[in-house]
Amino acid sequence: MELYAIELRLNGQPRKASVTVADTLLDVLRTQLGAHDVKNGCGQGDCGACTVLLDGRAVNSCLTLAVQADGSEVTTLRGLGTPEDPHPLQEAFVRHGAIQCGFCTSGMVLAAKSFLDDHPEPTRDEIREGISGNLCRCTGYTKIVDAIEEAAHVNAGGRS
Amino acid sequence: MSTVDDRTEKKTVERTVPEVEAPDYSLIGRRLPRHDARDKVFGQTKYAGDRPVEGMLYAKVLRSAYAAARLISVDTGVAEAMPGVHAVMTAKDVPLNETTTKFGQTTDTGGFEGTVRVLADKKVRYMGEAVALVAAETLEQAERAARAIKVEYEPLEGVFDPREALKPDAYRVGESDTNVVSNYRVRKGDADEAFKTADVIVENTYHVPHGDHVYIEPETGIAWLDEDGVITIRASTQVIEHFRGVADILGLPHNKVRVIAPMLGGGFGGKEDITVEAYLALLVWRTGRPVSLTYTREESLLAHSKRHPYFMKYRHGANADGKLVAVEAELISDAGGYAYLSPWVLLYSTVCAPGPYRVPNVKVDSYAVLTNNTFTSAYRGFGAPQVCFAYEQQMDALAARLGMSPLEFRELNYLHTGEASGTGHVIQTAVWTDVTAREAWAALGEPTKPRSSHERIGRGMASSMQSYGRLIYMHDTSRSFVGFEMDGTLVVRCGVQDIGGGQASSLATIAAEVLGVDLDDVTVYFGDTALTPLAGTTTATRQLYMSGNATLKAATTVRDTLAQKAGEMLGVQPERLELRDKAFHVLVVDDAEPGVTPTPEPLPLLDVVKACASSGIPLWNLAQFNAPSREVEDVQNVHGQIFPDFTFGTHAAEVAVDTDTGNVEVLKFIAAFDVGQAINCLSAEGQLEGGSVCGLGYALLEDVKLDQGKTITPALDTYLIPTAKDTPDVQSILVESRGGVGPFGAKGIGEPSSTSGAPALANAVADAIGVQVRELPMTPERVLRAMRDPELESISAKA
Repeated sequence: MELYAIELRLNGQPRKASVTVADTLLDVLRTQLGAHDVKNGCGQGDCGACTVLLDGRAVNSCLTLAVQADGSEVTTLRGLGTPEDPHPLQEAFVRHGAIQCGFCTSGMVLAAKSFLDDHPEPTRDEIREGISGNLCRCTGYTKIVDAIEEAAHVNAGGRS
Repeated sequence: MSTVDDRTEKKTVERTVPEVEAPDYSLIGRRLPRHDARDKVFGQTKYAGDRPVEGMLYAKVLRSAYAAARLISVDTGVAEAMPGVHAVMTAKDVPLNETTTKFGQTTDTGGFEGTVRVLADKKVRYMGEAVALVAAETLEQAERAARAIKVEYEPLEGVFDPREALKPDAYRVGESDTNVVSNYRVRKGDADEAFKTADVIVENTYHVPHGDHVYIEPETGIAWLDEDGVITIRASTQVIEHFRGVADILGLPHNKVRVIAPMLGGGFGGKEDITVEAYLALLVWRTGRPVSLTYTREESLLAHSKRHPYFMKYRHGANADGKLVAVEAELISDAGGYAYLSPWVLLYSTVCAPGPYRVPNVKVDSYAVLTNNTFTSAYRGFGAPQVCFAYEQQMDALAARLGMSPLEFRELNYLHTGEASGTGHVIQTAVWTDVTAREAWAALGEPTKPRSSHERIGRGMASSMQSYGRLIYMHDTSRSFVGFEMDGTLVVRCGVQDIGGGQASSLATIAAEVLGVDLDDVTVYFGDTALTPLAGTTTATRQLYMSGNATLKAATTVRDTLAQKAGEMLGVQPERLELRDKAFHVLVVDDAEPGVTPTPEPLPLLDVVKACASSGIPLWNLAQFNAPSREVEDVQNVHGQIFPDFTFGTHAAEVAVDTDTGNVEVLKFIAAFDVGQAINCLSAEGQLEGGSVCGLGYALLEDVKLDQGKTITPALDTYLIPTAKDTPDVQSILVESRGGVGPFGAKGIGEPSSTSGAPALANAVADAIGVQVRELPMTPERVLRAMRDPELESISAKA
């Protein structure tokens, strides 16, 4: 199959990849660009584990073709914050015990980031709606909603 | 970010719990962020599929297109000649293709082990059974080659209902002359006679479906041949000790196969059986190249183990004063195409069949039966949730007949410490079911008002008993190494698999507590058969109990050794020393030894570590913990103690049922469990909340639908698990009797937290609509059908 050269910014760094029209963004991120923090849970858009931010918006990278990301900014969990400079969502997820096995965490945190950008002062029900495209099998969601709620408060008061 | 953080403290609720003295721990029982959560939240954790190995091939499994068929021939010629293909393997290429299922056991258990084939041979027994393996340079090449393998099948009639499969003239799933995998009996007292004296008898049948684990990480692994000729498999598994089984399959010595389990993306029992490990090892052995294999979600749903469907008949008798006099149960489980863990799962169900109740007369007969459905094996709860769904609806039906409330009736009948279970095991540890029941029920608070004329509100509860630790037939053991480094940091080496429940973090907490260091001072190495002491399976809710105790034992020995040296250095008896905050403190006692002046200055731990190191005193200990054990006396007649101990707990729920649509909305969901002693409250709550939602999925949504053995729900848009929108906030209530057999009196909570979830919701639905729904999941269709079924007796105690 014919190969296309694409260029994108991955967590702020310019990257290049050689892709076919059939390659998904998920495939390219994991196999060519070493972004193993992006997870493959179903490959069919049902579980949300592969969620990344494409130009700041949450997308299922398994349903996004790599060529669609040409020229875009892609943010994965590692790009959201670091141990030295954590994002409020990352701090809140740890503090509230919203992480057990952690396999959904990457997609869940990024979905929450995108959701909070649109809903800075959400109710718990709105949070539940906002993350309903991301499956978690370990936590039962209560602590995830707690964490997102707290991160919203932190955001509202400005990042410390 | 601080490791010790109590900022997320929950609102306090009115408690009705008896007072048990709370020891003064520095870490145990706190609300602590887990040490692995930070790595995970920054995307640094490397799961089994996240470490590609240079030069690795990609594997694909060709799976059977039939559920029941004779395998006439497998022609791999075309596939082998395709570009990029390095190996195509079938049953004839497997040195030991027919093997028995063993699960990290330290002893053989005779009648409980079932035959299993690595690759299909002679007869295909379920759709999706592995027929051939391919390894190629790319995944696409492997997939194309798998499709090019020509398999000739002769379709056979098959059998798809375990009740049919039990009949004498039924189709035979395997080569044996019976489809029965196992059959157990429990006899206590004389149930037949007791029923004659009962004032009230309730008799019903129940059915629960196949379930899928749906860990978010599908089965995956990468394997390679290391420089010493050891086949090394890094896989997502709950049982690294399958290395023995894999070595047997390859005809290799056990010390030539190594299994590493990094952090898992969930297990729930689905990664207890061998998944990718044997296939990877075979392909590495054949090609000499590293090989990776990851199941697609569809493959996971089609071909890996499922939770057992059960058909259950229950009959209970009680006196007019509300005391249970007898229970009779017949349990039939669908084992699918191969036995796998079905004998064990059925044994759990059989032991737990009467539930957490004092019943003087018990009669249980149970059967696990082969069919041509997808094979069934371990799943969170391991046979306990199925029977709990039935016996807890029986309790509500009895309460209704007697005009009692569900709580009142249960309180009359709960088993207590010192009383005999259904198998005659006199339980000597804490049995606080009644406390959990009162807590859960009280937490429901004021009833919610219906929001419309076609909405009815219902409330229900369910209690459960579930073992933690393996069957004592298994002679279970675990080992853990605890040692100081020269700078005073601590290392724990323990072969646990961390499946997301905080298995490694708990060990760090225990070691840090005993040895007076911070959690950040501890590194835990886990899950490697070559480098970490073998600690057994992360299954059966056993790791805190087994490896927690082994770690406690090792840490205590290290502390005692150091205290001896510290005592010498301070000139006091070691018994008078307390190790906390990285120093030995001298306890001031009233009757101080004459001539000894109590030292007010604590002696830094690091000074003692250095002094021990320079005097050749070991800074480490490797300890083994042995669970109680017993031989299998009579496989079929189940009697006496079968498990080390049980966890008891209660779920309570409030639901809104739409009487026009049959839709059930969960408004309140409470889990109150006696956890013995929470090691980390945040983790224990996480188990209760996650387990509860797993029970919610079982109750309302989850159903692996099979049509003549073919899975017709092979994706997560047809096999539905709860989303955040389907779940209310779960309220978790930790009850701490400090009366378990785990470290510090802990009990296991991983599986028990799910068991009573579905029946609590079923009882709430029945309370709302007046009749019971005795089949899962409680879909809108089933709820409406039950409401319109004139045969169903009203459950309403209010009448």
